[in-house]
Amino acid sequence: MTPLLEIRDLAVHFAADEGRVEAVDGISLTVRRGEILGLVGESGSGKSVTALAVLRLIRPPGRIVRGSIRFDGRELLDLSEEAMRHVRGSQIAMIFQSPRTALNPVLPVGRQIARLFELHRGCSGHEAWQRTLEILRLVGIPEPERRASQYAHQLSGGMCQRVMIAMAVATEPRLLLADEPTTGLDVSIAAQILDLLRELGRRTGASMVLITHDLGVVAGVCDRVAVMHAGQLVECSDVHGLFKHPAHPYTRALVRSIPRVDREVTMEPIPGAVPSVLEPPPGCRYADRCPWVIDRCREVKPELLPLEHDHEVACHAVEPSNVVPARS
Amino acid sequence: MGLGRYLVHRLLLVIPTLFGVTLITFALTYLLPGNPALVKAGPLATPEYLAEMERKMGLDQPVHVQYWRYLRGLLRGDLGESATTGRPVLEDFFQRIPATLELTLASLLIAAAIGIPLGVLSAVYRDTPVDHLSRLAGVAGVAMPTFWTGLLLLFVFFYLLGVAPPPLGRLSPDVSPPGRITGLYVVDALLTGNRRAVVSSLYQLMLPAATLGFAVMAPLTRMVRATMLEILESDFIKAAWAAGIPPSRIIYGDALRNALIPVITLLGVIFGFLMAGNVVVEMVFAWPGIGNYAVTSLMSKDSGPIQSFVLFVAVVYVLVNLVVDVVYGLVDPRIRLR
Repeated sequence: MTPLLEIRDLAVHFAADEGRVEAVDGISLTVRRGEILGLVGESGSGKSVTALAVLRLIRPPGRIVRGSIRFDGRELLDLSEEAMRHVRGSQIAMIFQSPRTALNPVLPVGRQIARLFELHRGCSGHEAWQRTLEILRLVGIPEPERRASQYAHQLSGGMCQRVMIAMAVATEPRLLLADEPTTGLDVSIAAQILDLLRELGRRTGASMVLITHDLGVVAGVCDRVAVMHAGQLVECSDVHGLFKHPAHPYTRALVRSIPRVDREVTMEPIPGAVPSVLEPPPGCRYADRCPWVIDRCREVKPELLPLEHDHEVACHAVEPSNVVPARS
Repeated sequence: MGLGRYLVHRLLLVIPTLFGVTLITFALTYLLPGNPALVKAGPLATPEYLAEMERKMGLDQPVHVQYWRYLRGLLRGDLGESATTGRPVLEDFFQRIPATLELTLASLLIAAAIGIPLGVLSAVYRDTPVDHLSRLAGVAGVAMPTFWTGLLLLFVFFYLLGVAPPPLGRLSPDVSPPGRITGLYVVDALLTGNRRAVVSSLYQLMLPAATLGFAVMAPLTRMVRATMLEILESDFIKAAWAAGIPPSRIIYGDALRNALIPVITLLGVIFGFLMAGNVVVEMVFAWPGIGNYAVTSLMSKDSGPIQSFVLFVAVVYVLVNLVVDVVYGLVDPRIRLR
C-alpha cells in the first residue's frame, strides 16, 4: 500500500530584501496510514512551513521551488487551486497553534464548524448544526448546545483548542497536521488534548503529523519522529530507535537537553543558535554547531540514508560503514 | 448589561457634555465683536432705539443672567430669532436640516460604496496597479479642497460636457418638491411615487455628493486596506484557508466583517464631519442646507443662527458617537457581552 503522504525533495524559499531565505531545503518525508509522526526541531527549523506547503498555503514572497507532495497517490503540486481547496479541510486538516486567535472572533464557534459540514459534506443547515453539536460533544465540550452559539472570547484556552480540533476532525480528514497544538495550555490540559488527538486518530484511522519542539510529547504520543534543523531533515526514525540510539549529533544534543528527574544528569544546552537560512552555504547546516564536523560537511549536503531498520540519518560523520544507500 | 440600561447610561453622560457646549457657544457670541442689537435694529437706528433694543434683548443684564436666559430658552426649544430671515432659528433649522442630511447621507453612501471595496481590493492586490491607483485617488481626494473639486466637477460636467445640472439647489426650478414626509427629497419622491422629482433630485444631488464623497473616501479606503492587510495575515484567516473555505467568502465574509469594526467608528466621524463640514460645498452648489444658512448668518453677523449651528454640530457629534457605540456592540460580540 502506498504511504498516505509522500514528500520528496521539497524546497520552500522566501524572497526577502536581503536575499533568498531557504526555509525548507529539499526534505523527503513519509507519513504512513494511521500513524502519528512527530516533526520536531527548534523554532525556525521549517516545521510549520513544511505543513503549510503540504496544504499549498505558502503565499508570496514564499514559493515551493521544487519537490513532490503525493497524497494518497495523487500529486498535490499538480492540482488546480480549486481542486486543492477541496482537499483542504476535507482530506487534510490543520490544527493551529494558539487556538484563540485561530478562531474567528465574530463568528459563533459552532457556526465555524457547521459551515465545514455544509461546504465539504453538502449538509443542510439543520443537519450541519446537529453534527456540529455531536462533534463538540465528541471532543469533550460540556453543554455543546450552549457553547456552540458562543464566541471564542467566551471560551477557555483549552476549550478553544477542543473547538479547533473539532473543526479539524469534523469532516473526518485522512491526515491531520497539528502545529504545536498544546503550546500555551497548562500541562494537565495539554495532556488531555494529546490524549484526545490520539483517540480521535485511532477512531477514524487518520494519520497525523504532530509538529512540536517538545520531545517529551513525541515520546508519549508518536509512532515515528522526523527531526528538522534549519530547513533540513537530519534524522527520521521510529520513536524507540530515536530515543535509544539518536544518531545525528543534533538529535543526540536534543535528547540530552531533555530534563530528567530520574537520573543525575546535567542538562546540556545545544551550543550556538539555529543558523540563518538566508542564502546559506552548501553542505550541512549543523556544521557550525557540530562537535564532529569534518571538511566534507561544509561542502556536500549529507543525504538521508538508512542506518538500521526504520531509522535514517543525514550525517557524514555517522559510521559510514553502517550506512547503506537508500535506493540504488 | 442590557441595551436599554446601556443607552440610559450613555444618554446621562451626554448631559454634562452638552452643558459644556452651551457654555462655549454662549461665550463665543458674547465675546465676538459686533452688537446683535445693532444687527437687529439696522444701521440707521438712533442711539435711543438701539438702547431700547438692547434692553429688550436683555443685553444690558449681567453675563450670568444672560446665560441663564439663553439656557432656559434652549430648554424650551427657543434658539432665538434670526435677524436676517426674521423667523425663529429653530424653524429655519428644521427647514434646512433635511437638505444637509440628504447631501451628507448621499456623500457617505458614495464614499462607502466605492471606498470600502477599493480598500479591500487594495489589500488583496497589494502593490499592484489597483493598489497604486487607489492610493493616487486617495491622495487627490484629500489634497484637493472641496470647493476646488466642486468647481472642477461643475466646469467639466456642467459647462464642458453639459451632462450635469446647473448648481441651483435640490431640484430643477420647474419641478415642485415632493410632499414632505422625511424631508429628504429623494426618499419622499420615492415614497410618493413622484418619478419626476426622484430623477430631478438625484440629478441635482449627483455633483455635490460626488464632491464630498470623493473628499472623505480616502481615509475610508486607507483604513479598510490597513485593517484588511492585518486581518488577512491573522491566524483565523490562515485557518479558514486551511479549512478550504472559498476565497470570496474568506475575503468578504471572514475578513471584511472583522475589518468593518474599526471602520464603523470612522464612518461616524465622517458623518459628523460632513454634517458640519459641507458648508463650502453647500455654498458652491447653492444647496439650501444649514451650512449655507450658517455662512449667510456669519456674513451678516447674525449671532443666533451661528450659536445654534455650533450647538447643532456638537449635538450631532455626541449622537453619532452614541450610535457608533451601540452599533459597535451589535457587530462585535466581544463588546456586547462584556
